[in-house]
This record gives sequence, C-alpha cells and structure tokens, in this order.
Amino acid sequence: MADFLQFAFSGLTVGAIYALVALGFTIIYNASDVVNFAQGEFVMIGGMVTVFAYAAGLPLPVAALLAVIVAVFVGLALEWLAIEPARDAPPVTLIIITIGASIFLRGLAQVVFDKQFHSLPAFSGDEPIRIGGAALLPQSFWVLGSAIVIFLALYAFFNHTLTGKAVLATAANRFAARLVGINTTFVMALSFAVSAAIGAIAGVLVTPITLTSYDVGTLLALKGFASAMLGGMGNPIGAVIGGLLVGLLEAFGAGYINSEYKDAIAFLVILGVLFVMPQGLFGRSHTERV
Amino acid sequence: MKLKTLMMGAVTASAVLVAGSALAADTIKIGSVLSITGPASFLGDPEDKTLKMYVEKINAEGGVNGKQLELVVYDDAGDANNAKTFATRLVEEDKVVAIVGGSTTGTTMAMIPVFEDAELPFISLAGAVVIIDPVKKWVFKTPHTDKMACQKIFEDMKAKGISKIGMISGTGGFGKSMQAQCKGVAPDYGIEVLADETYGPKDSDMTPQLTNIKGTAGLQAVLNPGFGQGPAIVTRNYKQLGIELPLYQSHGVASKSFIDLAADAAEGVRLPAAALLVADKLDDADPQKAVVTGYKAMYEEKSGQAVSTFGGHAFDGLFILTDAMKRAGSEEPAAVRDEIEKTTGFMGTAGVVNMSATDHLGLDLTAFRMLEIKGGDWMLAK
Repeated sequence: MADFLQFAFSGLTVGAIYALVALGFTIIYNASDVVNFAQGEFVMIGGMVTVFAYAAGLPLPVAALLAVIVAVFVGLALEWLAIEPARDAPPVTLIIITIGASIFLRGLAQVVFDKQFHSLPAFSGDEPIRIGGAALLPQSFWVLGSAIVIFLALYAFFNHTLTGKAVLATAANRFAARLVGINTTFVMALSFAVSAAIGAIAGVLVTPITLTSYDVGTLLALKGFASAMLGGMGNPIGAVIGGLLVGLLEAFGAGYINSEYKDAIAFLVILGVLFVMPQGLFGRSHTERV
Repeated sequence: MKLKTLMMGAVTASAVLVAGSALAADTIKIGSVLSITGPASFLGDPEDKTLKMYVEKINAEGGVNGKQLELVVYDDAGDANNAKTFATRLVEEDKVVAIVGGSTTGTTMAMIPVFEDAELPFISLAGAVVIIDPVKKWVFKTPHTDKMACQKIFEDMKAKGISKIGMISGTGGFGKSMQAQCKGVAPDYGIEVLADETYGPKDSDMTPQLTNIKGTAGLQAVLNPGFGQGPAIVTRNYKQLGIELPLYQSHGVASKSFIDLAADAAEGVRLPAAALLVADKLDDADPQKAVVTGYKAMYEEKSGQAVSTFGGHAFDGLFILTDAMKRAGSEEPAAVRDEIEKTTGFMGTAGVVNMSATDHLGLDLTAFRMLEIKGGDWMLAK
C-alpha cells in the first residue's frame, strides 16, 4: 500500500508538470490551431531566469516574477517575429516554425546562461511529508496546487469572459471572428503571452524538484504534447487529465512493471487510446462543413 | 570562448601550430584529435588547453631531445567520422610521429585503424576498456576504466562487510556501460545485486525505482552508476524516501556541481575519484601529491577554470609520450612505441602507470581514492 501511494504521489507530481505544459499547448492551439513546440522552452526560461536572477541576489519571488515577464516577452516576440509574418501559411508550416524557434531559444540559452544544471531552494523546505508510509516533498503540493489554480483560472477565462470567448471564436474561424469585430491580432498575442506565462510558472515551480538546464524543454514539450493529445487537443480539462495520466502511467510502469520500459509503457497506452479515440479522451470530433 | 565555439562550428576544424618553428626541420610533430566543441566538449576542452600549455612549457624548457615539439590539434566536435578524417590528415599531410588524443571512446575507435596502418603510437584519452582490451600493438590509453571504478567501490563495500546491494543505473552511455561492468565483477567480491533498476538520462523523478529498492529485503547498500543530473536527483529522492542504507555514487559525479545540486542529500555519499579532485587534502607523504597539485595549480592559473580529471588524462598522455621519446633518444615511431610499452613507475594525475606488453593502460586500483561527502565537500574516506 505504501508502495502504491509512493508511485501515485510520484506520478501526480510529474503529471502536474506535464499538465501545465499541456495547458500551454492548449491555449495557443485554441487561438491559432498551431501546436507550439517551443512551449518547453518557456518552462526552461522560467527556471533558468529565476536561477540566475536569484543567484544575482534578487529575492526568490522577485526573481520568479522577472522570469515570468521575460518569458512573456519571448512569447510575444515569437508571435510577432515568427508566427505573425507567416500567419497565412498552413498550420503545419507554423508548427515547423515553432520547432525552429525552440532550437533557436535552446541555442540562445546556452550562450546567455550556461550548459550546467541548476537548482533552486524549495519554497517550503525539503523535509518530506509522510502519508501512509509514502514520502512527498512540500514542493509537490506547490506544483499540484498551482496546476489546479491555473486550470480553474483558465476555465473561468474561456467560459465566462468575453475575451476568453473571443479566443475560442478566433480558433473556430479567424475570418468570421474578425467580421464580428474581434481583434484577432490581439487574441493571438494574448494567447502566446498567457501560454508563455504558464510555462514560466511551471518552470519556476518544478526547478526545486527536477533541476533545470538549457535543454530541459525538449523532453517536457514531448511529454506535454503527448498529454495534450491523450486528453484531447484544445480541451483544458483534457490537458490536465492527460498530463496526470501520463505521469501516473510512467510512475506505475516504472514501479510495477520495469523501469527500463517506463516511457515505452506510457507511449503504448497513449497510442492505444488514440487508436480507439483519435480525438483523445475529451476532444471534440471535428466536423468539416462543405 | 563562446565566440570561438561559434567560429569552430563554421570552420569545423582548426589546426593550431604551437612553438612558431613550423618550418624548422628539427621539430617533433605530435598530432591530436579532440572533441573540443560539441556534446563532449567537457572532455575535449580541458584536454586541448592542457596539451597546449604543457607543450609550450616543454618547449620553453628546451624541448625533447634538443628538439622543439610541434602540436597539431583538430576538433572533431564529438563526431567519429570527423575524427577518422582528421586522423588520416594527421598521418598523410601533417606527417606526425605520434598521437595523443581521442576524447571519446567512439572517436578513438574510429581512429585506431588509421594509426595502426600508419604504425604510429597512439595514446587515447577515452574511458572504455575496449580500447586496450584486446591489446593492440600501437594503442595505449591513460584514463582508468569504469570496470576499475566498480572494483574500487566493491573493495570498499567488502571491507565494510556489505554483500547484498541494489543498483539504480542511468541508461545513458556512461551508466549503461558501468552497470554492465559492475554486474560482471560483482561476484569476484562476493557481492550479490538483488535489485537492478534504471532511469532515463533526462528523467526528473526516480522515487518509483527507489521505492522498489527500499522494498527489497536484505539490501545493505545502493550503487548509482550515472552521469549528469540523474545521480543528483537520485540522491535527493533517496533522502526524500528516508532510505538509510549507504549510497555509493560513481566517478561520473566527481564534480563540485553534484554537491551543489544534491545539497544536504549528498551528505555521506561515497564515491571513487581521481586524486586530482582532492589534491589539497592528500597527505604530504603521498607520492602523487606533487604531480596533482602541480598540474592543478598550472591549469587553474593558465585557464582560469577549475581543474577536471579529463585534462589530467591529456597531461598523463603527453608526458608518457615525451618520457618515452627521451628514453628512446629519438622520435622514431617504432622505438617510441617500444619505450611507451616499457613505461614503469610513471607518476601521473591518474596514478602510477606500469605498462607491459599485455597491459597498455598500466593503472591499478590505487588510481582511485574513495571519497565521502562531508559538510558539502569531498573528504578522503577512512
């Protein structure tokens, strides 16, 4: 039982990280149909800027805030300089542009920061909390709690605010949205800014647990993307559930089956689900009007 | 350095001529192919700096056998194909008489056939045992092997009465190779591996694997062969789960950043490492002290970087070669090769080197020191 709890806690912590990355994918996808593969780099920027600002003597909350601001500017720059000039290109082209942007950001981080791994002090100490024989770090609660708060805020934003509905309308049909008076340029910029902010917050939260370096974004983007696909691309609930599921699958796979194949186990399940439900667990099926 | 890296990328290679006597006939040309940029740059960069600063020093002191050394270095950027191309160039265009280089096992193995054909002595700076086992007539190497690290750890465990252990290994090249070597030599020390877990080199949470290790009855210690951030996370998770067994890390974590990343959790971790890391803490009577403190001081002053064991391998390789040239009284490749093989009692940064026709490495387990992390610093383990 203690083992089961430990696996579950491990899976939920890692899963919450994936969920936050998947949420970032969801927002930009909702606004633009683009899968932004530079999402992982926002997480990296969040972690690395905080580490370096903190090392330079800023208090941790200020350093974290600075990191989020930097990430938002990078997100906006990505939208203005890379996505906007090519906005009439098909989504596949835009996705390839984001992959290029992610490689560029990783290279830049090597030069601006360094190639070493870094850590941050945990927000509420390192003393593990023992529950039913399993040990959980206080930082895990920060990650899980923040994932829930960010999810609720996004849910309220998309369903109960005019701006949120404007984002959804832009995603559904950009031309029609513009006809009814929605400023689609603003909506695009907003979605990149929000997405970058969420990524950076995730980066700050997870660095005390997972450490950070210039290239942490690659794997996170891959896992976050898989989570978003599993949950149903474009659905915030799907992103969170998908993220937690992937995290749990990895933890239980490593714990009960074989640690050598834990990634394979997770991806096998994802493939299985997508085979039966191509839109993911919570995805809407696309209907094309002819 | 960063600008240099960028330029390297564009040019792909740089030939560096040291000593300014390139045209003089009375020079000895030594070649080197190193991974100065790219993923293995943490190996090649200190090796490159070490070779250059010591060739300069040797020349300033009159050279070898009255001749100045001329060093030709190429950067393979960690790519075995590049390494092979540059090896051919060293032989055919530069006409070097000996080679010290090969930062990784991959680049070394790619170059071996070239130097064997040309019949030139080649001292590799890479880790794996396949380089010298089976023995190749023209090939030598300076770094200790991961098998020796396993033996050193098991020796320490045996002395403490530990016979049943759990292993958690990274699946990167380093962790995988050492996992296999350790499992191979464990029976020699009467050690049983009861739990054998792995993790990916980029994983961020190893608590499931460690939970299984914690739940395995009868374990007396845990060994973590790995490299990079993985062992730091393992060490933190180890403390998180409250596992009380002694934790052994490999020489792969023997850098200050491991202590920084693992913080409090690193307390009490034991690992084998080269004497270079604890140069200041060695006994004055220790025969290796003079060599390692001398190299450390020279390297840190000239490069402005903290010393690493990798640069030390290049130091050892260069001096094994020049000593052999002095004994041979010439730089004729066959004579130098014979003398390298006769190297005995050479005190390098890696330990005492005693080569023979059947041993082209020549190090024994004294090359490693058991260290324990105490108060956020390395201590020689008692």
